[in-house]
Amino acid sequence: MLARNLTLVLFVVLVAVTLAITVWASRQNKTAADFYDGGRSFSGFQNGMAIGGDYMSAASFLGIAGMIALSGYDGFLYSIGFLVAWLVALLLVAELMRNSGRYTMGDVLAFRMRQRPVRTAASVSTIVVSIFYLLAQMVGAGSLVALLLGIKEGQTFLGMGPETAKVVTIVIIGVLMIAYVVIGGMKGTTYVQIVKAFMLMLGALLMTLLVFAAFKFNLSDLLSSAAQKSGKGQAFLEPGLKYGRELDSPLRTMVSKLDLISLGMALVLGTAGLPHILIRFYTVPNSKAARKSVVWAIGIIGTFYLMTLALGFGAAALVGGKAITSQDPSGNTAAPQLAAELGKRYFGGEFGGALMLAIIAAVAFATILAVVAGLTLASSSSLAHDLYANVIKRGKSDERQEVRVARVAAFAIGAVAIVLAVFARSLNVAFLVALAFAIAASANLPAILFSLFWKRFNTRGALWGIYGGLVAAVLLVLLSPVMWGGASDTQPPAALNEKSAAACGVPVTSKAVANPTALISCTAVAPVPFQNPGLLSIPIGFLCAAVGALTSREQDKGKFAELEVRALTGANAH
Amino acid sequence: MHPTFMAVEMSEEQSQGRYEEVQASPEFAGLRRALRRFVFPVTVAFLSWYGLYVVLSAFARDFMGTKVFAEVNVALVFGLLQFASTFLIAWWYASYAGRRLDPAAGRIRAELEEEESADARA
Repeated sequence: MLARNLTLVLFVVLVAVTLAITVWASRQNKTAADFYDGGRSFSGFQNGMAIGGDYMSAASFLGIAGMIALSGYDGFLYSIGFLVAWLVALLLVAELMRNSGRYTMGDVLAFRMRQRPVRTAASVSTIVVSIFYLLAQMVGAGSLVALLLGIKEGQTFLGMGPETAKVVTIVIIGVLMIAYVVIGGMKGTTYVQIVKAFMLMLGALLMTLLVFAAFKFNLSDLLSSAAQKSGKGQAFLEPGLKYGRELDSPLRTMVSKLDLISLGMALVLGTAGLPHILIRFYTVPNSKAARKSVVWAIGIIGTFYLMTLALGFGAAALVGGKAITSQDPSGNTAAPQLAAELGKRYFGGEFGGALMLAIIAAVAFATILAVVAGLTLASSSSLAHDLYANVIKRGKSDERQEVRVARVAAFAIGAVAIVLAVFARSLNVAFLVALAFAIAASANLPAILFSLFWKRFNTRGALWGIYGGLVAAVLLVLLSPVMWGGASDTQPPAALNEKSAAACGVPVTSKAVANPTALISCTAVAPVPFQNPGLLSIPIGFLCAAVGALTSREQDKGKFAELEVRALTGANAH
Repeated sequence: MHPTFMAVEMSEEQSQGRYEEVQASPEFAGLRRALRRFVFPVTVAFLSWYGLYVVLSAFARDFMGTKVFAEVNVALVFGLLQFASTFLIAWWYASYAGRRLDPAAGRIRAELEEEESADARA
């Protein structure tokens, strides 16, 4: 009860502080550029922090820590993909984009192409990726806040049961993200992300130090104790508990392993195609600052993922697998539970535990807010700048009007996201994050790289690449075990409990169900055996882009010269 | 057509021609070569290195489970090496770009912008 009240107080303080920052930032916004790119005035370090704040979602804080706590080493596999991906952004994308674009991903893709079709495609892809990612964050946030406040089935808090609390949380988060974007624009959103990154790093650092202190700074002790308490023994420290599992038939094993490789590809190639990340490169004054900001981001994000390793193993060792799954079967509460345990040990019993729990809960809440604000900003910028100003108005609208449209778009996108998230609140939508990465890697990355580096690239190549990669990724997921949960030669049957068996309409002993949370049917067999589309959709995206470009004779040499010279030298950058 | 509008269009065409000249210049070709000579091979290298890690995690479980010292196994060392290589490549690229790319880019940019402001004065 104490922890709950403390958590609530910190949530309110956090909301008040971030809103105050937003209003302060809005006073400094004068022009359209200020709304979209914060006046390009952030330093490399500031933008590096903001990139960290934009990128490290609740899924990567609570989710990866939980995954490590429950499945051991395999959670680490996830975070390595998320980090290595930044080298693609650093070496191939960040500086060239900063120099040649202005406000959106579409600016660079449409630079030497026919404006209207390419901007439309860029906008469609931006909005699809951002909405999928947004939905995953908001649905996750709904259950997360209910968990953090400790509202369990059958309990009420402020007169709300867990279901009502979820809906209320989703609506509050939605309203806040709209407020940050509409009032503060890029500048406000950036400061919210910087504050969040500071909080996240400090919180994680404090917990990591306490975990190591608990094991007298002996890594080996931490590892062996985690393996022992996890109930999984040595396997806990090796790959294979969650991804690429050894199953009862060679075919099932092979499918499971290829799925792991597919996930790895999407993680490492997706980051440099995420629109909400790409627009962050526009907020700095020159390419050197863009480079510095990515180097800072790599340092911050890498350090953070190293700390999640300690947090995950610490939670396994100090809280224990059983205590974690009893709170949340997917392990999202591992980090908060670890915080409570550490607080109890080091900061004087119950009160210390409650305080640490409240602090980490507030950090998680800030994490969610910063990420959803970045996503809303990216999609509303693209709607206003690509679709409205350049497709509908054919580049002849004035900037003030454009910004007004961007604000209305932020409202509209926020409202749609709230409604969708409320309806989807009890579905298993975690796959949407992986899908967003897969679309970014299959649809956006080929078009971006070919635009920047390949002289022969043209309008048809960009369109085929974007739509081909997008459709391939979405279609593969629609045909995957995420949607169709039946057991088959490739999908091993899952152990069911009363609740999941009832939801699927089969007896508990049934061997017909592989994925009881499948969205369309849990007994029909999926036509495509992979959960992650990347292995197929990324090559398809690159192939479509290349074939499209080669079959069209269009080529604007003058515009390519302008793009290349500007991208490499920074001449006449906005 | 409105006279000022024509002037704008003229200068846009001129500047486009100017970009093509710069693009064809040996100095720019050198800058492009310096960029590509670094980023393409390094990208292939770190993607292969990461790919090797993922493939070993999927298919070489026994090797990854081998203990190196105490409780620390190959999988953990390999994972930590991915972090180390990422940090190292980021630092390496930043220093390479500062030395080999920024000065050349700065010279070409200064030339271009100087000409333009000269044009504007004329």
